[in-house]
Amino acid sequence: MKSLSCLLLSLALVAACSSPPPAPAPAGGGKKVDAASAGSLAGRVTFTGTPPKPDLLRMTADPACVQAAGATAPSDAVLVGTDGSVQNAFVYIKDGIDPAFSFDTPVTPVVLLDQKGCRYVPRVVGIRVGQPLEVFNSDDTLHNVHAMPMANQEFNRGQPAKAPKLAHTFTVPEVMVRFKCNVHGWMTAHVGVMTHPYFAVTGADGSFEIKGVPAGTYTLAVWHEEFGNGIQTVTIADREAKTVGFTLKQ
Amino acid sequence: MLWLHRYLRLLVVCTLLLIAAGGMVTSTHSGLAVPDWPTTYGYSMFTFPASKMVGGIFYEHGHRLIASGVGFLTIGLAVWLWRADARRWMRRLGIIALAAVIVQGILGGLTVRYFLPAPISIGHAGLAQLFFCLTVSLALFTSRSWLVAATPAVDDARLRHRMVLLTALVYGQILLGATMRHVGAGLAIPDFPLAFGHVLPPVWTPQIALHFAHRVGAMIVTIVALVNVGYIWTRHRGRPELVRPAWMLVLAVAIQVSLGAAVVLSGKQPIINTLHVATGATVLAISLFLTLRTFRVRFAMG
Repeated sequence: MKSLSCLLLSLALVAACSSPPPAPAPAGGGKKVDAASAGSLAGRVTFTGTPPKPDLLRMTADPACVQAAGATAPSDAVLVGTDGSVQNAFVYIKDGIDPAFSFDTPVTPVVLLDQKGCRYVPRVVGIRVGQPLEVFNSDDTLHNVHAMPMANQEFNRGQPAKAPKLAHTFTVPEVMVRFKCNVHGWMTAHVGVMTHPYFAVTGADGSFEIKGVPAGTYTLAVWHEEFGNGIQTVTIADREAKTVGFTLKQ
Repeated sequence: MLWLHRYLRLLVVCTLLLIAAGGMVTSTHSGLAVPDWPTTYGYSMFTFPASKMVGGIFYEHGHRLIASGVGFLTIGLAVWLWRADARRWMRRLGIIALAAVIVQGILGGLTVRYFLPAPISIGHAGLAQLFFCLTVSLALFTSRSWLVAATPAVDDARLRHRMVLLTALVYGQILLGATMRHVGAGLAIPDFPLAFGHVLPPVWTPQIALHFAHRVGAMIVTIVALVNVGYIWTRHRGRPELVRPAWMLVLAVAIQVSLGAAVVLSGKQPIINTLHVATGATVLAISLFLTLRTFRVRFAMG
C-alpha cells in the first residue's frame, strides 16, 4: 500500500510538473516603437584563443544518415572562422526595454527548423513568444523532435521521413530551448524564445544586426552553446547605428 | 519440475538481458527515441519494421521487444506454477512475478510519456532488480539441489543475518547507482580513485554527494562481501552449496568495482556503463542466492 501511495504521489508530482505553463499576458503598455527614429545594433562575435577542434560525428547508426552526410562528419556545434568569427551565436537585448512598449506577435514569418542530412538546420534560431515554429523532416529516416525547455512545455513527437510539418508555439520567453533527436543523439538545435524582436543569430562571418531599436540603454547579451554567455551595456541614441562586438573565450 | 526449472533459468537469463538492454537505453540516451507508448511511431509493438530500428530506436524498441518476451514468459510461468507446483507460496510468487512485470511495463511507459522523470525512472530500475531477484529465487526453489537436499542444510543464524545485510546493502547500492544515473551525476566526480585530486571532494553539490555516496557504498559492499565470504570459508568450508557461490560473489564484486572505475575513466562509455549495470544485478543475484541457501533449513518442505 505504501509503495502504491509513493507511486501515486510520484505520478501526481509528474502530472503537476508537466502541466502547461499559463499563456503569457499581453506585455507592455501599448506604446509602439517609432521606426523612423529607431536605431540599430550591429557588430561581430569573435573568439580569442585556439578554438576547439570539432567533434567527429559518427552517422553509422543509421544508413540513411550515412547516405545523406557520409559515415562521419564534423560537428557544427563550434563554427569558428580563421579570423575568429563565431557562427551561431545568439545575440539579444536581455534587459532595458521600456515596459511601455508593446510588440505585436508576428504570425508571419513562420520560423522553420528542418532536419536535413541528420542535422537540424539551422542549428540556432530565434523566435518570438506566440510565433509559429514549423519543424520539417527532409531526411529519408525517422526523427523524434524533442524540445527540452526549462520554462516552456516539453514535448517529444515522432516525425517519419517526409512526414507533415510539426507546428509549435512557445508561451514564455526562454534562452535557450534545446531541441534534440534521441534517434540520432548528435542532432541538436537551440531556439531562443523572446518577447521582443531585438535578437539575431550570427552568420558565418560572426556578424549580426538588430534593427529598429528605440533609443535607450540596454543590456546586450550573447549566448553560444560551447563558449557560454556574455553581456555588455550599450546606449543607443535616436537613429544611431551602433557598432558593438563580443569576444568569447573558452 | 525439471522443465519448470529449466524454463526459469531461461527467464533469469532473459531478465538479465532485459536489464542490460535497459542499461543501453539509458547509457545511449535513447529513452525518448520512441516518443509514443505503447505504440512505436504509431505501429503496434510487433509490427514496427525492423528496417526502421536505427539509432536510438534500436535500443529503445529493442528493449520493449525483449520486455514483451519476458512478459510472455512470466505469464507462462504463473500459469505453469499454478498448475504444477504443489507449494501454495510458490504459486503466489508466480502471481507476484506477473504483477511485478505488468507494473514494470507501466512504469516503462510512464517514463516515455512523462519525458523520463527521475522518480519513475529510478522506480523502473529498482523494480527491474526486484523482478530479477524473484526469477532467481524461483529458479532456486525449483532446483534439484533445493528440493532434494543430500545432507542436512546449514543452520547458522549469524550467517543468515550477515547475508541478509549484504543483500540489502547491494540492493541499496544499486538504487543509489540508479539515482546517480537518472539525475546525471555519473561523472560528477570526474577522476578515480581520488575525487578532484583529493580523498574527499573539496566541493560539495547534491550530485557530487550522490556520486561520492555511491563510491562509499561500493567500499562498504566490498568489505561486507569479503567478510561474509571469509566467514563461509572458515566456518562452512565443506559445504560446496555455499562455498561455490561465495567465490563467485568475490569474482563478481571484483569485476563490478573495476567496471565502476572504468565507467568514470572512460567518460561513461555506453557498453562499459551497461556491463556495470548488468554486473550489479549479478552481484545482487548471487548475494540473494547465498542468502536463500542459508535460509534453506527454515523451509518446512521443498
